[in-house]
Amino acid sequence: MARIIVVTSGKGGVGKTTTSASISTGLARRGHKTVVIDFDVGLRNLDLIMNCERRVVYDFVNVIQGDATLNQALIRDKRVESLYILPASQTREKEALTKDGVEAVINELSETFDYIVCDSPAGIEHGAQMALYYADEAIVVTNPEVSSVRDSDRILGILQSKSRRAEMGQDPVKEHLLLTRYDPIRVEKGEMLSVGDVEEILAIPLLGVIPESQVVLNASNQGTPVILEDESDAGQAYDDAVARLLGEEREHRFMTAQKKGFFARMFKG
Amino acid sequence: MSQDTQTAASFQLKSASVSLTALELYHFDPDDFEATLRDKISQAPGFFRDIPLIISLDKYEGPNAELDFFKLIGSCRRHGIQVVGVRGGDDDQRRLARNAALALLPGGGRRDSNRNAQSEDDNGDESAAANETVTESPAAAEPAPVESGKPAKIINQPVRSGQQICAPDGDLVILAPVQAGAEVLAAGNIHVYGPLRGRALAGIHGATEARVFCQSLEAELVSIAGHYKISEDLQENGWKSPVQLQLKDEVLVATPLDKA
Repeated sequence: MARIIVVTSGKGGVGKTTTSASISTGLARRGHKTVVIDFDVGLRNLDLIMNCERRVVYDFVNVIQGDATLNQALIRDKRVESLYILPASQTREKEALTKDGVEAVINELSETFDYIVCDSPAGIEHGAQMALYYADEAIVVTNPEVSSVRDSDRILGILQSKSRRAEMGQDPVKEHLLLTRYDPIRVEKGEMLSVGDVEEILAIPLLGVIPESQVVLNASNQGTPVILEDESDAGQAYDDAVARLLGEEREHRFMTAQKKGFFARMFKG
Repeated sequence: MSQDTQTAASFQLKSASVSLTALELYHFDPDDFEATLRDKISQAPGFFRDIPLIISLDKYEGPNAELDFFKLIGSCRRHGIQVVGVRGGDDDQRRLARNAALALLPGGGRRDSNRNAQSEDDNGDESAAANETVTESPAAAEPAPVESGKPAKIINQPVRSGQQICAPDGDLVILAPVQAGAEVLAAGNIHVYGPLRGRALAGIHGATEARVFCQSLEAELVSIAGHYKISEDLQENGWKSPVQLQLKDEVLVATPLDKA
């Protein structure tokens, strides 16, 4: 049985797709057979960030409607073995994601994959509800600002009440907080909520803190999941998050402002 | 709310929220019924005088053939009780009730299960008030003579933005935060052992002695029996600290818990 993980947030633009790409790449890089599904019908981005947009032939909706088999639609990642992408449809309506159709696809994927990562669209409408419905775990991506925190709280409520686990009365969906675009300098100035503030409000365990970094944008533009940028702090932070997801204990990093040393300042480190 | 004084109509329809007593019927035997009713009334004669009553059929287990509503109504009427309708029941039972000119109300069992599932309801208090047209006799409003001591509803998980939790018959205890954008309602008191960031409405059936207790007052709105204060007006007293809120001379007052 695969573990089904939804990456969700409520709010748009907080880094769900970046996170989905990096988490799935990180899981696959550690030898787990992983598929990442783009649920954002009509606004697909995952294939861009994974740099496979030129290889999309069939998509998720084609599989649901029986126009293609899963094997025809799955795109194999060129960089990391055992990583597959199931792209969203760019042309269909999001209602094409039916509960039964999504279930059939997820059940079939469960037979061969270890992890199924569902990249949720923004909002709390049909697409987002379909993405989270079958989840065993949820990574709630949040930016350190009040509206993002509020929307995350809303999506946590939906996870508790409208997921399959909730409807069936099973153990609740396991929730993880991933704080992205974190800027310790702005936190110190009081311009941003701190990790502690967000943890206190949302009251769910912290999976990781991804620092605000130019590297994230560059990697997205080049079609590289940022976790593959091993030298960067954002890449390392995602690697830590994946390790914690797999049960490793790792200390949280990148949460305090780095004081630049004399030499670093001299050479613009 | 402003009244439109221009209207020439002789009446206006309004939604009303009324507390009724429900008689949970398990089986019906006219003599048994009469005897039990007499016994109950003798315990609290004042309470039963001219009260409207609904017959709840959710737990009725006897045969439908024995369900003689005319005898039942007659029995009640002899004791000054007005049967106004039935709640729940299957199609046959409801047809019998209609023949006896009783009003048909939706089943209590179904409504309960709706309420237990944490409802994803955005419509806030309007919908809550509208749903509660019929409730069993509120423990907070009357010194309930029949059944009392129903334990409070307890919630262990955070109440998240957009969620609504209602305890229509008594107290509500929440052992977690109530988040901004969430709403908690109770006929009786509300206890929040965590920060109260959302809306809390106690005494929704009019119990003015109901109170709201919380570990940290950060609420958007607190209401007791319809008297409310919004966040702005709550900040003066006990903000972000443990308080209880109660009505004093129809004004909502917050008192720090250590000074209570």
